[in-house]
Amino acid sequence: MSGFLAQYGGEIAELTVEHLWLTGAAMLFAAAIAVPVGVWLTRRPRWARPVIGTANVLQTIPSLAMFGFLLPLPWLGERAARVAIVALTAYALLPILRNTYAGIQGIDPALISVARALGLTNRQRFFKVELPLAASFILAGLRTATVTCVGIATIAAAVGAGGLGELIFRGVASVDNRLVLAGAIPAALLALGCDGALGLVERWMRVPGPGSAP
Amino acid sequence: MEARPYTECDTMGAAIEFRGVGLATAEGRPLLDGISFAVDEGTTTVVLGRSGSGKTTLLRTVNRMAEPTSGAVFLNGKAVHEAELIALRRSIGYVIQETGLFPHMTAERDAALVLEAEGHPERERMRRAHELLRAVGLEPEQFARRYPHQLSGGQRQRVGLARALASEPGVLLMDEPFGALDPLTRAEMQDMLKALLGRLKVTVLLVTHDLDEALYLGDRIVLLSDGKLVAHLEPEEFLRSREPEVERYVRAFHRGEERTREEKRA
Repeated sequence: MSGFLAQYGGEIAELTVEHLWLTGAAMLFAAAIAVPVGVWLTRRPRWARPVIGTANVLQTIPSLAMFGFLLPLPWLGERAARVAIVALTAYALLPILRNTYAGIQGIDPALISVARALGLTNRQRFFKVELPLAASFILAGLRTATVTCVGIATIAAAVGAGGLGELIFRGVASVDNRLVLAGAIPAALLALGCDGALGLVERWMRVPGPGSAP
Repeated sequence: MEARPYTECDTMGAAIEFRGVGLATAEGRPLLDGISFAVDEGTTTVVLGRSGSGKTTLLRTVNRMAEPTSGAVFLNGKAVHEAELIALRRSIGYVIQETGLFPHMTAERDAALVLEAEGHPERERMRRAHELLRAVGLEPEQFARRYPHQLSGGQRQRVGLARALASEPGVLLMDEPFGALDPLTRAEMQDMLKALLGRLKVTVLLVTHDLDEALYLGDRIVLLSDGKLVAHLEPEEFLRSREPEVERYVRAFHRGEERTREEKRA
């Protein structure tokens, strides 16, 4: 066992960092797209169904197929990491989008009305009232997306994007369970770690009060 | 109704004037119908009426949370629909029932929110917030950092009132401010408000369905029924009025008293 760790320890660490990088980059892109779009949808509720529906369809594409679809595309296909990040971003859109929309839509209309009556501008109403009240919801969406994507990112190794999936695929090919576990265990721990860390942030952002949990 | 431009006011001394105010829904159902009356500067007018009579809608035409479809509302002689919207709303205090406080804000931040929106520095805001909280009977050391869920119903309403007074408004709109409170707390709040209004020179339009509150706080009482003004009277006149709608309203409030009186006689 110690021999195994001595042989693969360095590689596991390296691949973990790579895994985290792929997921993290995708989360940043997804949040940068889905949060503004979710906010915009609350202003144009007519568009909510088609847009959220589209994100929903993206979610249903099997991950291996998604990587396969993206690989032949011109600029994307040049680097496997690009393919992986775009695919993970696509998967992360739905939970963030849906929670942003629902979080803002769910604010007590009386509070919005008070904000207007007090003479807050639209901008102030958004940043001082709507965003803080919806923040923990938005973060909960980001948390769901992150945990899902840490899992999906293991598949990215299939197109050569690296990450902990590489050990899993190698283990499967050489029928070496130790290698499979060397990829799977850190990946699971990574998912749990992200879940815990983002859960703390979410709790910190939660609106104070009894029964205010989403 | 005669066609004349609703841009200037000819009643001097009126802080708020409704002139032929009507408001119909998109389907054409009238919520307000030709309402005209004035509220003199520094006085309190209470708008009474049953649920759905249009009293809240009338209140909301003053800060343009509702826009009349006919007629106009004047504030200190100027038509509100010509005023700049944000500045107009910041210059008017607004208090609503219970739900009005922001759950993510401490009492001190909420109380000075209008000043925050106007970009006043933090130190000035906090000084003003504590001054306001003290004015409505909340000791800042104890209450300034509390969130709404850490306050009682009456205390929340006090913070709401403090917030409405933050910009030193000339006009205060109150929409059933004490409706959700128990009778004793309500009485305390009414006393506090009365004392406060005695010190400040502020014109108040207060909506309620509580006759007793109207008699206690109002210099004038307006009764709305189905969007129409049926009475505009001083409190004593209101009690003596022979107007059937007014009589019905007054009678509905004294049923308990009447019954005990009748039983004593029997």
